Amino acid sequence: MSAHIVPVRTYLVIWLSLMLLLFATLGLAELDLNPFNAVAAMTVAVIKMLLILLYFMHVKFSSRLTWIVAAAGFLWLAIMLTLTLTDYMARGGLGP
Amino acid sequence: MQGDKIMLAEQFDTMEQQHDAARLGVWVFLATEVLFFGGLFTGYTVYRYLYPQAFAVGSNHNNLFLGTLNTAVLLTSSLAMALAVHAAQLGKAKAQFRWLLITIAFAFGFLVIKAIEYHEHFNEHLWPGPGFTREMSNKTELFFIFYWVMTGLHAIHVIVGIGILGVIAWIVRRRPFTGHYYSPMEMSGLYWHFVDIVWVFLYPLLYLINRHVS
Repeated sequence: MSAHIVPVRTYLVIWLSLMLLLFATLGLAELDLNPFNAVAAMTVAVIKMLLILLYFMHVKFSSRLTWIVAAAGFLWLAIMLTLTLTDYMARGGLGP
Repeated sequence: MQGDKIMLAEQFDTMEQQHDAARLGVWVFLATEVLFFGGLFTGYTVYRYLYPQAFAVGSNHNNLFLGTLNTAVLLTSSLAMALAVHAAQLGKAKAQFRWLLITIAFAFGFLVIKAIEYHEHFNEHLWPGPGFTREMSNKTELFFIFYWVMTGLHAIHVIVGIGILGVIAWIVRRRPFTGHYYSPMEMSGLYWHFVDIVWVFLYPLLYLINRHVS
């Protein structure tokens, strides 16, 4: 097969980045960034997810078809989250 | 070569096509898993939006050290899994078996730490229901319903993952994978990395709410 073989060094760099991001998200949580704490935490989580997806799961080296199917799952999740939240947020009387 | 035809199923023209089909199938399954967990994440998002203070109280009762440690454990298990696939691609018999065992060991480590956390939570009366501690509101009880269900569902996925990796390890021990055919290893890896990604999101949502407020 003509599969792309990712060098060990790349995996180690990605792992190290993930560890650093873990401590970054922990550090950010200790700072008062209200109301952006949640945004910061989710941003770091998304970056970690992308690193795992692209390198550990080989999406970066896979066909476009794989990429589309992988993205589709998250796209539908985004739709569910967005439409649900717009519904709740638009209701008067309910809310924090 | 004649031997190359052995692992090629009838409906495929080349090994590469077979491998691509397998990968596509796993990704379709993972997309359903995203939505499976996604329902819980959506529910969590709605109720956190409605009751942010109560959720913060709940989150502060989670063991930050153990949660962070568990995140590190799973991230490292993903590294081990990636290295197992790498070894399989290069046909390295012993290495692929060892990295699989290391992945499984980290997976068990995760479950042990989780069990310790659950035990702590039980002792603090954080199990939803009539026995739930009266020091917290029922909105915080709602946070803990999400906590138990989401981490519980995730833990079940970890256990299933250990089972799958165990089977692969058993196969590899007798007949290691080679660069010609290593699909089962890579596909199991995809499932394992997905389990890791779910935890990457569970961690900030369940452990890091309002940590800066002392």
